[in-house]
Amino acid sequence: MWIWVHKFGSPPHAYRLLGKLAPWFGWPALGLILLATWWGLVKAPADYQQGDAFRILYVHAPSAWMSMFTYVVMAVAAGIGLVWRIKLAHAAAAAAAPIGASFTFLALATGSIWGKPMWGTWWVWDARLTSELILLFLYLGYMALRSSFDDPQRADRASAVLAIVGVINVPIIHYSVKWWSTLHQAASVTKLAKPSIALPMLIPLFIMIAGFQLYFGWLICRRLRGEILRRERNASWLNEAS
Amino acid sequence: MSLGDFLHMGGYAGYVWTAYGLTTMVLALNWVSARGNEAEQRDLAMRRMNIDKENRT
Repeated sequence: MWIWVHKFGSPPHAYRLLGKLAPWFGWPALGLILLATWWGLVKAPADYQQGDAFRILYVHAPSAWMSMFTYVVMAVAAGIGLVWRIKLAHAAAAAAAPIGASFTFLALATGSIWGKPMWGTWWVWDARLTSELILLFLYLGYMALRSSFDDPQRADRASAVLAIVGVINVPIIHYSVKWWSTLHQAASVTKLAKPSIALPMLIPLFIMIAGFQLYFGWLICRRLRGEILRRERNASWLNEAS
Repeated sequence: MSLGDFLHMGGYAGYVWTAYGLTTMVLALNWVSARGNEAEQRDLAMRRMNIDKENRT
């Protein structure tokens, strides 16, 4: 296994592999996102309480899911990098951060746009919204911390510690609607019992989440390739690499 | 359902279309930024390599 790890961990090999993998994520992602958009905007029935405003769900919930998923990926990669001193793992964590930040911003923004007609306010300081905002600051802090070091190895180590400590915020976001009384609604999809959304409304949501996941796969391939090149002092292999 | 009804979104047009427009924008910017970053780093790596080559000769 270690031979495999070292082979994959070598920059030229990882760079080529990521380049080959990317289209396998990209095209299905595009297809699923377009399908889910049509399904969510046209085919799904309007909600009996929220009318057509509920359709914001199909962009809000997947972004919120991705904001947390990406953070866990980033923290796990940073942890692997810290414990086993694998540079590629640190590079993956660094590549994930801007993607996660953008999904967190999107979750907050679409949530705010949805909150205005439903709650009558753009923003409230309840536990769900506040912990999601903290997530955005964690991403931004992580990126700022990285860029404050000239030495990439020190940047890797310091930012990894921040990423790992910050992961405590992820379960707080998830359970915030349970632990505190929030204006944000409680979980309706990730309940162990039957989800409380009707199936015709649920299907496009799952398709959109799958599309976002695959898009994340494409983005991380591209960003990780950039990150590998940034760290490579002697990229003579680039001439042969595609 | 007519196109007008669809665009009207039951009176929530402003909210729904802003949310979807913003999502499209963020997804597109991610694409542009990831592509741009990769191209830029490739360029820089190539340049470093060429400088090394010149120094050696």
